[in-house]
Amino acid sequence: MSTVTCPECEAQIELAAGTEAGEIIVCPDCGVDLEVTSIEPAAVQLAPMEQEDWGE
Amino acid sequence: MVTVSIIGGSGYGGGELLRLLLGHPNVEINQVTSRSRVGEYVYQTHPNLRKRTQLKFSDPSQLEPVDILFLAQPHGQAQKNIDEYSKLASKIIDLAADFRLRDADFYEKWYGEKHAAPEWLSKFVYGLPELHREEIAKASYISGVGCNATASNLALLPLVKADLLDLSFPIFIEIKVGSSEGGAEGNSGSLHAERANVIRTFSAFGHRHTAEVIQEMGVKDVSLTMTAVDLVRGVLATAHAKVKPGVATKDLWKAYRAVANENPFVRVVKEQRGIYRVPEPKILAGSNYADLGFELDESNGHIVAMCAIDNLMKGASGTAVQCMNLMMGWDETTGLEFMGLHPI
Repeated sequence: MSTVTCPECEAQIELAAGTEAGEIIVCPDCGVDLEVTSIEPAAVQLAPMEQEDWGE
Repeated sequence: MVTVSIIGGSGYGGGELLRLLLGHPNVEINQVTSRSRVGEYVYQTHPNLRKRTQLKFSDPSQLEPVDILFLAQPHGQAQKNIDEYSKLASKIIDLAADFRLRDADFYEKWYGEKHAAPEWLSKFVYGLPELHREEIAKASYISGVGCNATASNLALLPLVKADLLDLSFPIFIEIKVGSSEGGAEGNSGSLHAERANVIRTFSAFGHRHTAEVIQEMGVKDVSLTMTAVDLVRGVLATAHAKVKPGVATKDLWKAYRAVANENPFVRVVKEQRGIYRVPEPKILAGSNYADLGFELDESNGHIVAMCAIDNLMKGASGTAVQCMNLMMGWDETTGLEFMGLHPI
């Protein structure tokens, strides 16, 4: 099982078996979208997220 | 079964305590007192308890010895009668403000009167497990916690514990509170016509709960501003402070994660999507959770730290039951598993 560090909050995230490069995962702690950029070695980077204002 | 009694069970804090203790697997409620409602069924005052108990309110003068005594009276009563109460139970948990402060002079400064039993102040442990878990486990006497103080203390806890704040700057905490904080007695300001739809700053500074933040967080320059909002249950504390130079969002995550990992009822809420991205009291009604959140302006070190709780739960009765669990060596979450409602 490969582990990556969230670049936003530094949570340790285990990549599920079968995760592929290019896949978008979500940090379970801070909720940012992360793009899996590599499997060997495991690496992620912040993925663009749509900003919302909740209609306020 | 461990036997417990509640002195002063007709208020909102007492009612919430009854709800929790009736569902607790390890305790049996012996008596609930109320001077004004002697002989009445408790469910006639706390209607959510109908069909869950046939308990009636007892006269305080007819209290019997028990294992644990909960005091849920208006402020000022417990300190006048503590010698008598200590003869009835070896363990006492007070929900009021009588024994929260450690120093009699400090008490007088904030409450404007001399303490009636100053020799008892040092016997009580401040009853917030997130701050005093090990002391509570060994204690016989536990103080209550102020609901606004609890929201403030927990909002600041990760920052203070990790020593991230620049304390040369003041800390300002804006607190929005629901109407149940005002208690069950009511006054002209709690009439529906006056309280509904309100956003009213009723205490700009100098609120008594400030003393608990000063004492427990070890910060001197802190102000609490209270604003009543159109909620029944709930407190949201929003603290404004400065972090030390160089502190970044990642440092804050580390500090908040550490506190959340150590405390079963503390959660970090800092979401990137969905509606509930920050702590909100609305979804905590009836639960013992404290939801913490933060935002940092890295350009100037301004941090906004938030904490949402249910004032009757984490801010009063839920925390009291959590303390009882710790004192008795039980899992501290026992009887406090309710996770809240959504939608509500």
